[in-house]
Amino acid sequence: MNKRASEQWKQVLAYDDTFQCIQCGYCLPACPTYETMQSETHSPRGRINLVKATAEGNLNSIEALANSIDKCLGCLACESACPTGVPYGKIFDSAKMLLAQHRKPKGQKRFIQGILLRLVKSNKVWQNLAASVLWLVQKSGLLTLAKRSHTWNRLLARILPPSVLAFTLVIPEVSSPVTRWKRPKVWTSAKKQKYTVAFFTGCIMDMMFEQVNRQSMSLLQQSGCEVIVLQQAGCCGALHAHAGDRETAARLARNNIIALEKLERDRKIDFVVNAAGGCGAMLQQYESLFDDPQWKKRAHYFSVKNKDISEVLKRAEPLHFAKSEQQSSETVTYQPSCHMTNVQKNVTAPLHFIRSACDNFQAMPGADRCCGSAGIYNMMEYEASMEILDRKMASVRTTNASTIITTNPGCYLQMKLGVEKHQLHDRVRVVHLSEWLAEHIQLTEHE
Amino acid sequence: MEDYEKTEASLGGCEMYGNERSDEIIRELRAIVDDRRLLTAEEHLNSYAFDASFGYYLPDVVVQPVTTDEVAQIVRLANRYLIPITPRGQSTSLSGGPLPVKGGIVIDMSRMNDKLIIDDEDLVAIVSPGIITAHIHRAAEEKGLMYPPDPSSSHVSTIGGNLAENSGGPRGLKYGVTKDYVIGLEVVTPTGEVIRTGGRTIKNVTGYDLTKLIVGSEGTLGIITEATLRLIPLPPAKKTLLACFDQLVDSGRAITAILASGIVPAKIELMDRYCMEAVEKYEPSQLPVDAEALLLFELDGHPAAIADELHQVERICKEHHARMIRTANDEAEEEQLWRARKLVSPAIARIKPTKIAEDICVPKSKIAEAFARLQQIRHRYGLQLVVFGHAGDGNLHPNIVCDVRDKEEMKRVEAAVEEIFKLAIELGGTLSGEHGIGTMKAPFMEMELGEQGMHFMQQIKRALDPNGIMNPGKIFPTPGQRLVLSDE
Repeated sequence: MNKRASEQWKQVLAYDDTFQCIQCGYCLPACPTYETMQSETHSPRGRINLVKATAEGNLNSIEALANSIDKCLGCLACESACPTGVPYGKIFDSAKMLLAQHRKPKGQKRFIQGILLRLVKSNKVWQNLAASVLWLVQKSGLLTLAKRSHTWNRLLARILPPSVLAFTLVIPEVSSPVTRWKRPKVWTSAKKQKYTVAFFTGCIMDMMFEQVNRQSMSLLQQSGCEVIVLQQAGCCGALHAHAGDRETAARLARNNIIALEKLERDRKIDFVVNAAGGCGAMLQQYESLFDDPQWKKRAHYFSVKNKDISEVLKRAEPLHFAKSEQQSSETVTYQPSCHMTNVQKNVTAPLHFIRSACDNFQAMPGADRCCGSAGIYNMMEYEASMEILDRKMASVRTTNASTIITTNPGCYLQMKLGVEKHQLHDRVRVVHLSEWLAEHIQLTEHE
Repeated sequence: MEDYEKTEASLGGCEMYGNERSDEIIRELRAIVDDRRLLTAEEHLNSYAFDASFGYYLPDVVVQPVTTDEVAQIVRLANRYLIPITPRGQSTSLSGGPLPVKGGIVIDMSRMNDKLIIDDEDLVAIVSPGIITAHIHRAAEEKGLMYPPDPSSSHVSTIGGNLAENSGGPRGLKYGVTKDYVIGLEVVTPTGEVIRTGGRTIKNVTGYDLTKLIVGSEGTLGIITEATLRLIPLPPAKKTLLACFDQLVDSGRAITAILASGIVPAKIELMDRYCMEAVEKYEPSQLPVDAEALLLFELDGHPAAIADELHQVERICKEHHARMIRTANDEAEEEQLWRARKLVSPAIARIKPTKIAEDICVPKSKIAEAFARLQQIRHRYGLQLVVFGHAGDGNLHPNIVCDVRDKEEMKRVEAAVEEIFKLAIELGGTLSGEHGIGTMKAPFMEMELGEQGMHFMQQIKRALDPNGIMNPGKIFPTPGQRLVLSDE
C-alpha cells in the first residue's frame, strides 16, 4: 500500500473519530444491512474498521472500502444505538468523500446519480420545468398504460433501469403548473398570531409533493402561524453531502442561509419549517459543512431555527380534529423518517398528532428500521434496497393497517413501492402526515 | 508438551492464496457451504480480524455454516490440511476469543440460528448457537419462564458465544452463571466428529460431565452446534432500590448484613465515586459525587415477599449509614434508577476513547480491600480507572479509559492491568469472573493455576485436539507471551 497515499487519506477520512469505537458490537442489531447481508462487513462496526484500515494504508485496494460503504444506507440507527457516541455519520460522509475523489460509479449508476444530483442542485426554474414535464407525462396516461399493459411495461423495462421504472410508476399525481403558480407566497394566520415562520419547500419535495407542502402551510396557518415561503431557498444539500460532495452541499447551504438572512431584514422569523425528515436533518447540521468560523456561526444560527412541521405544530395553537365514520374504521401505522429520528431526534411530536387524531393506531414492530429509501440508495443499490423493503413490508402487514403515515418524500415513495410490490394497493394507502392531518381537520385555505 | 507447542506454532499464517494448496482448500470449502457463505474478499477478511478487546489478525477465509454437518466437514478439512480454525459468534468478546491469531479459517456461527424452542413442560430451551441471548430471554418470558444468565451484551451476543465463555451477568449472585443452566450440548469435536453431551434432564451422572467441560472452554475443545438450556419459572414481580454510601466499607457491610438476613437480591450492582462523577458530567442525575459507593439492588419474587424484603433492605442500608436511598413506584421510575448504571459506559468514554475493561472476581469479604488497592493503582499510575461491578458475588470490573494512540500511557496501562491481575490472585480470587482468558490473560494462567494445574489442562487439550487446530493461541500462553494492550 502506498504510504504517502494513506497520509493524505487520513486528512480526508474522519480517522481520529474511528478511535471512539470500542468494537462492542451494540450497533449490530440496529443495522438493517447487517440483517439482510449477514456479515460483519456490512455493519457499522465493520465499516468503521474499514475506514480505519484504509486510512492506515492497510488495504490493498480502495474497492474493499467501496464494496462495504456503498451498501450502507446512512440511516444512522447505529448512532442512536452506540453507547459511546461514535459519530458514524461523520465517518460515513468522509468515506464517501474519499471514494468520490478516487473512483466513479459505473454505467447506469453513474447516469442515475448524475442526473438526480444535477437536478436537485439546479435553479428552481429547471425544477419547475421538470415537475411540469412529469405532470404532462402523468396526464398523458402513458404511465397508467405502463402499469396496465404488459407489453408497454416490458418495452419501458428495456429502456429504463428497473429502479427508475419502478419509482416512476409510484410517484403520486403531481400538482399542475397552474396550481404551483397560484400557490400563495404568504399565508396569514387564521387565529391570533403566535409565530412567524418561513417555509422551506425543498427540491424533490416541491416537485413531487407540492400539495403536501401546501397542506403543511395550511396547517401552520390554522395553528396561529403566519407562513412565508422561503422563495430563494433551494435544495438542502443532503444528497450531495452524503455522496461525498461537501463543496456543493456547502454552496447549497450558503444559498439557504442567505435566503433566511435576507428575509429577516424586515421581520423576525421564529422557525424555518419543513415537512421532509431527511432535509430537515441536513438543515440542522449545516455547521458541519463549513470550516470558516464566520460561516459556522451563520450556519449555527440558521440550523437552530429549523424544525420539522410536527414540532412547530406542537408548540403552536392546538388543532382540533374531527373524526368521520370512514376515518374511524381505518387502522393507521407510522413509518418514521430515519433522519428525523436519529438526527433531528424528533420522535414524539408526530406520534402525538397521530394518536390525537385517531383511535386505531397500530405501531409496527421495528418501526425504527429503515425502509430502504435512504436518499437515492434505492436507485443506486436497488436490489439491496428491495431486500430491506421486503422485511419492512412483512412488519407492516402484521399491523393490518390500511394507512401508512410517512414524514419524508423518500420514505413515502419507498413505502408506496412496497405496497405495490406486495399487491396491497387496493387495501393500503400511503400518506404524508400533513396530508393525513389535513383530512382530519377539514382545512379551508386562506390567501 | 514441547512437541505440542511446536505443532501449534507451525500452523502459522498459512499462506492460503496463490498456490495449488489454497485453491484446493477453497474448492473444497465451496463444496461444503454455498457461495454466499464463503467470504474471501479483502473487506471481509478485515471485518473478521477483531473483537471487542485488542488485537487484529487477518484470517485466510471466513465461512458461515448453517448446519452441524457443514461445521463437521469444515473441521475435518482443517485437520486434513492442518489449518487453524477460530469459531466466532458476534465477536462481542472482551478477551480475544474470536481472534484468528494464527490466521486460517474463521467459522462464523452467527448464521446458524434457526432453532429456538421453548418447551414449557420439560422446562427447557433448545437453541442453535447463533441465537441472540436476549431472544431466548424474550421467548422464555412469553411462556412465563426465565433463562437467568443475563450478560450485559445479551442483546448482541450469541448463546454459542455465551456458552463458550461461560458468561455471567448481574443476576449471577442469585441465579448462578451460564454453566448452571446448560444441561445438554451437541458439539463438533476438534477432530470433526459430532457428539452429544448431557441430555434433557437436570440430573445426569452418566459418564464424565462433558457439558461442564465444554461450557467455558472458549472454543478450544470443540464447536457447539446446539444447546439444551434449563429454564425456571419467571418471578412474578421485581423491585429496585438505589443506595449511596459515604464509605465503601459501609456498603460492603450492608451487603453482608442483607445476605445474612436471608434475602438474596437478584442483582447487586456497585459503582464507585469516579463512575458517579463521570455520569454526573454526562447526564446530571443528582448523584452525590462525594459518596464512595452507589449500590443498586433488584429484588424479584412474589410481590408480597419482595415488598417486605424491600423494607428490610432499606432498613439495613440506613443502619449502615446510607446517605441517600431511592425506590421506584412504577416501571418508568425503575428505568430511571438503572439509568445511572447504564450511563457509565458512555460517560467514561467521554473522558478518553479507549476502554480497557477488566474482570476480576474476589471473595466477597475481600471487596473492600480490592477497592482500596484499585484506588492505589489509579493514583500510582495516574490513570482514569473506575470500578463498577456485581458486588454480590465479588465480580468487579475495573475499567481504564485511555488513548491507544498514546504509547506512553498504554505502557502504564499495561503495568496497571498486570497489577490488577496480581491483586486478584493475592486476595484469593480469580483473573476472570466472566470475560474469559482468551489471549489477554493467558500469560497469567500459571500464576493462578500453578504448574501442575496448567499441565493437567494442557493434557486434556492435547488429547482432544491432537493437531492443535481448534482456536489456537487461546487460554494457554505461548512461551514468553506478555500482556499487550494495543493493536500491534
